[in-house]
Amino acid sequence: MGTIEVNGKVLETDEEGYLQNLSDWSPEVAEYMAKQDGLELTENHWEVINFLREYYEEYQIAPAVRVLTKAIGKKLGPDKGNSKYLYELFPYGPAKQACKYAGLPKPTGCV
Amino acid sequence: MSEVTGGVEMEEETGGTVKKFMFVNRKAPYGTIYALEALEVVLISAAFDQDVSLVFLDDGVYQLKKGQHTKAVDMKNFSPTYRALEGYDIDKLYVEKESLEQRGLTPDDLVVDVQVLSADEISKLMAEQDVVLSF
Amino acid sequence: MLHTVNKSPFQTRTLESCLRHALPGSAVLLIEDGVYAAMQGTPIADKVRAAMEQVRFYVLGPDLEARGMDGDKVIEGIEIVDYGGFVDLTIEYGTVQSWL
Repeated sequence: MGTIEVNGKVLETDEEGYLQNLSDWSPEVAEYMAKQDGLELTENHWEVINFLREYYEEYQIAPAVRVLTKAIGKKLGPDKGNSKYLYELFPYGPAKQACKYAGLPKPTGCV
Repeated sequence: MSEVTGGVEMEEETGGTVKKFMFVNRKAPYGTIYALEALEVVLISAAFDQDVSLVFLDDGVYQLKKGQHTKAVDMKNFSPTYRALEGYDIDKLYVEKESLEQRGLTPDDLVVDVQVLSADEISKLMAEQDVVLSF
Repeated sequence: MLHTVNKSPFQTRTLESCLRHALPGSAVLLIEDGVYAAMQGTPIADKVRAAMEQVRFYVLGPDLEARGMDGDKVIEGIEIVDYGGFVDLTIEYGTVQSWL
């Protein structure tokens, strides 16, 4: 559907900019996508992105936002496991936007 | 159809009435698309805060078999996803005893903790549901 | 509860699974290839007759006709219904479980 070019490599994306192939992902891809959205990735962003990648590795799905919020709270504490914190980091929606940066498909049930 | 597409509205209209939804899984995982489709519908249904249960009977019990490796057949191994259901607050997983035994399997062979019930017990649960979705 | 079965009993064990779970007072509607289970003179007919002691059986007429199966040779006691009858059954029995 579309392509992005990161480090001289052309990567396929779907019409919404999600990577087609999980294996194309690298931290540079996340940096590139964030920059397109006018965002600079901080350590807090990376915490969520890495969490998502681990979640996917374990369960083979991208979690729904409610599930993500709860799971983040469990792992990183209640001050991070709430929608206010996550929406501040990812204004386009924590599940959608963070999943995209993490190279995952869009969460099941997201429209 | 409106119950699926307009789920959020439905909930508001009925003042958040919780219905009992049962998903009946009767097909082995990779030969047909049923098992994967059912799992996706289950995950979506979790967003509507209903009383959801999953039943595995006949070849459906093979969906939960441990040790699935699909690389060589180039298909997605979705068996780990059953372990994510708990995080979606879906913890009613029932497996029919007869189907399990007929296939030489025990609960130890399965990727998740389930409740093993007799055909009779499952029949009764089925009769209590508001909606039964079959795959 | 209304159970529907749409597979031939000679091809799959769908009907058996259904009968294992049909509680007394529930109904079974045979549709599509499931209608072959409604015919007399097969080894399946005995199983159906036994089940009929506790469960009501119906068969969808248009599916019988489509397959050239004679309504006169349907097991005695199985009621032949049309599409309208199908709808009535779903209302009468409340929930539907489709054995696929």
